[in-house]
Amino acid sequence: MYHDRTATVTTHGDRGVVITRAFDAPRRLVFAAMSDPAYVRRWLLGPPGWEMTECVNDVRVGGAYRHAWRHTATGRELVMHGVYREVEPPRRVVRTEVFDLGPGMPPAEQLATLELAEAGGRTTATITLSYASKAARDAALASGMERGAAASYDRLDGVLAELFAGQPAPTTDSQPKG
Amino acid sequence: MSDASRLTVAFAALADPTRRAILDRLAVREASVMELAEPFAMSQPAVSKHLKVLERAGLISRGREGRRRPCRIEPAALAEVDAWIERCRQTFEANFRRLDDVLDEMKRDEKVRARADERKRGPRADQGERR
Repeated sequence: MYHDRTATVTTHGDRGVVITRAFDAPRRLVFAAMSDPAYVRRWLLGPPGWEMTECVNDVRVGGAYRHAWRHTATGRELVMHGVYREVEPPRRVVRTEVFDLGPGMPPAEQLATLELAEAGGRTTATITLSYASKAARDAALASGMERGAAASYDRLDGVLAELFAGQPAPTTDSQPKG
Repeated sequence: MSDASRLTVAFAALADPTRRAILDRLAVREASVMELAEPFAMSQPAVSKHLKVLERAGLISRGREGRRRPCRIEPAALAEVDAWIERCRQTFEANFRRLDDVLDEMKRDEKVRARADERKRGPRADQGERR
């Protein structure tokens, strides 16, 4: 029924983490399902045991969003929030992602680019997680292992964030550009 | 080192394309620093820096045989990275499958609305054309 739609996760040098996923639906529906909080709450749930407690999504340039989840068994909370930098429906969205990991842990931030490409009623989504600027990444890596580890930790957080965000990344071609 | 720290250090090591290329090479066969430096326009000290990072991350080990000190890939560390990525991927995939269901419902709703609109338009459109 659904051919070859499983998500791929790859690392691409400077670009960080790239996630791709195909959907059997036109692009405008995929964009709506990923933007409208009424829909987002129904699928953006993360691992089993977590419920979504907050879903605010103002999808326009400068608009803010906030997603919060709670682990019902432990009460632990997770928050992801940020601001939209570019919005070109139904093709592309760029937003910051700040992932609050809980008390005592520094938040992690990266930039997420979502691109949707449609062909024959199927939509391929590509998410690229990267630092806000090359300078930010280079500064993170410049002073050696610790900073490098922190930079990679940010990437891990990015992947974690995508875990919960499940935002498909848009790209028209199926070839990784890295 | 905790699991989380080991993963962090491993990802930091993997975050460099030269180090990934070194790992690709070692996956084929062990090699000396000189052999590893050869394909890159890079000095041996520069390659050694990368090797230190990889070694600290547990991704490679270096033998002590003579002066050659062959480098070997350590599969267990990479397997841990693979397992973590796979767990992440499975969680994304669970979300995406739920999104598939939401999209199926949206498509069905659209079809139902389109049919309802057609029925509403039908008789009126005929009246319009007769005028």
